Amino acid sequence: MTEDTNFHHGDVQGQDPIIRMIDIEKHFGSVIALAGVSFDLKPGECHCLLGDNGAGKSTFIKTMSGVHKPTAGEIIFEDKPMHFEDPRDAIEAGIATVHQHLAMIPLMSVSRNFFMGNEPTRKVAGISFFDKKLADEITMEEMRKMGINLRGPDQAVGTLSGGERQTVAIARAVHFGAKILILDEPTSALGVRQTSNVLATIDKVRSQGVGVVFISHNVRHALAVGDRFTVLNRGKTLGTAKRGEISPEELQDLMAGGQELAQLEGSLGGTV
Amino acid sequence: MAESAQSAVGGDERVKEISPLRQALIRPELGGMVGTVAVFTFFLLFAFDSGMFTSQGVMNWSVVSAQFMIIAVGACLLMIAGEFDLSVGSMIGFAGMMIAIFSVTLSWPVWIAIMVTFVLCVSIGALNGFIVVRTGLPSFIVTLAFLFILRGFTIFLPQTIERKTIIGGIRDVAEGDWLASVFGGKIGQGFFAWLGDNGIIETFERGTREGQPVVDGIPMLIIWAIVLIIFGHVLLTKTKFGNWIFASGGDAEAARNSGVPVNRVKVLMFMFTAFCATVFATCQVMEFGSAGADRGLLKEFEAIIAVVIGGALLTGGYGSVIGAALGALIFGVVQQGLFFAGVESSLFRVFLGMILLGAVILNTYIRRIITGER
Repeated sequence: MTEDTNFHHGDVQGQDPIIRMIDIEKHFGSVIALAGVSFDLKPGECHCLLGDNGAGKSTFIKTMSGVHKPTAGEIIFEDKPMHFEDPRDAIEAGIATVHQHLAMIPLMSVSRNFFMGNEPTRKVAGISFFDKKLADEITMEEMRKMGINLRGPDQAVGTLSGGERQTVAIARAVHFGAKILILDEPTSALGVRQTSNVLATIDKVRSQGVGVVFISHNVRHALAVGDRFTVLNRGKTLGTAKRGEISPEELQDLMAGGQELAQLEGSLGGTV
Repeated sequence: MAESAQSAVGGDERVKEISPLRQALIRPELGGMVGTVAVFTFFLLFAFDSGMFTSQGVMNWSVVSAQFMIIAVGACLLMIAGEFDLSVGSMIGFAGMMIAIFSVTLSWPVWIAIMVTFVLCVSIGALNGFIVVRTGLPSFIVTLAFLFILRGFTIFLPQTIERKTIIGGIRDVAEGDWLASVFGGKIGQGFFAWLGDNGIIETFERGTREGQPVVDGIPMLIIWAIVLIIFGHVLLTKTKFGNWIFASGGDAEAARNSGVPVNRVKVLMFMFTAFCATVFATCQVMEFGSAGADRGLLKEFEAIIAVVIGGALLTGGYGSVIGAALGALIFGVVQQGLFFAGVESSLFRVFLGMILLGAVILNTYIRRIITGER
């Protein structure tokens, strides 16, 4: 894969970051999960967080989304130091996490899923009712923007493909005012076609000025949409590279954190 | 449901059109509707002359169906929220006994007895729910424990206090009580008298009540059933809270991630189920004038069966109050219809088992259609 993709990449120069995470450390008892990770995200960029299993990616994004409190280090959100007590705080501040699983309820319709927990209401005779008509209209509109054709707003989420479900979840987060969107391995369980749908969705979201944190261990997916790449290994940042400054091989090498993979790659003929 | 916003879609070659039949199939009420039509057709053909469709006969199976409906509404919402309550039957016995002890043994005014019983039983429902959401244990086990605990108290208390297991005399103390008449009274007497006078319904032909209609009003039990069904249906399909009920039962973790207060929803549904059981018990006590330690036996299963016939999934997240009400109607009509038709009543259980099995199989198939599983 070359750098040239059909995604327009965000112009990220000269903008202040929405969030800066400085020297974040997280210890679980005697285990040091994060040993000083720094990371920042600008509006309208897609910052990829790469790393192998156990590198600390999950711990790091959980710190960002308010699930964990950092043992040391600072989070600066919109130029102010932030302390998230729980995930709700982070969501209210505009940090939304889209989990690979556990985001959608298959038995419920798309529009009921879309507004789950944020239902619009309409008062009739002093009693507030779920405004289903409005919910349906907004859902269809948002889905059309994301390029998903629904049979109707009553179509159950269970009938959508994995990629479409991710897209619904992303569209939902953006609709409810997310400034930062954390995507936890959104493509790891998807097929080729579905993956490209999700990557296209990320591109659309980015063009609306939302900062996207894209967690992956797939270098190809990251390179397809990423503006910047930060590699984590053993709880530390191995550095951040801009798009065009790094080759897929180098990234892969950094993720593996050593020479073994380079040797392996040699013997496998560059297929890893 | 499906009429809105469909025209907005341009059409996508990847989205296969589904046939109207399949579209109708995924409505949870379908099974209940088909069943209701089938049951009525059957009895109209084979038991029309049995007295089942006279005014008295209609009232007979309507009351029995309404009893099932009251507990089915609670069980339905709870099942959609992803939980069961096996203590419904014991709760009915317990609530009835509490009203009797408060009003007869302790000579409290009946309206206070009823109110205290409601508070007590709804609190026990809340305790049920609280234990379930706190421990994460299956509600099956927790409420099974309460099935025995409540039934035990229902037998123990009257035996210790009155040395018997049936407490009577409630009708006398409830005479003229305003709240008692909300559960045990009848409405529409004037209308039924008018129907009788004009020969539309049968009247007594001799005896002290000569000239009066055989059916002299609609029992409050039926009114309660209708009110609870409307309340449950509107709550589930037309409100924000209804969406939370579906979400809590569909996938509690996903619902929590989206900010739905799952635990609160579940506890409230346990409380509502207990409320419905207490309504049932109060109506029954006011009708019989007594409370018995064996009241409400097996009602929890009958409620669950009605709900399942009505199209709800045992695993939660899908179902309909209207469907559950139709399930209860099928239940009541068949139970009383077999009696009118002179069929041995034990065959009712055979029918019940068969219809339950059929309903569950149909529901599983429907779920596959909705979720696109294969």
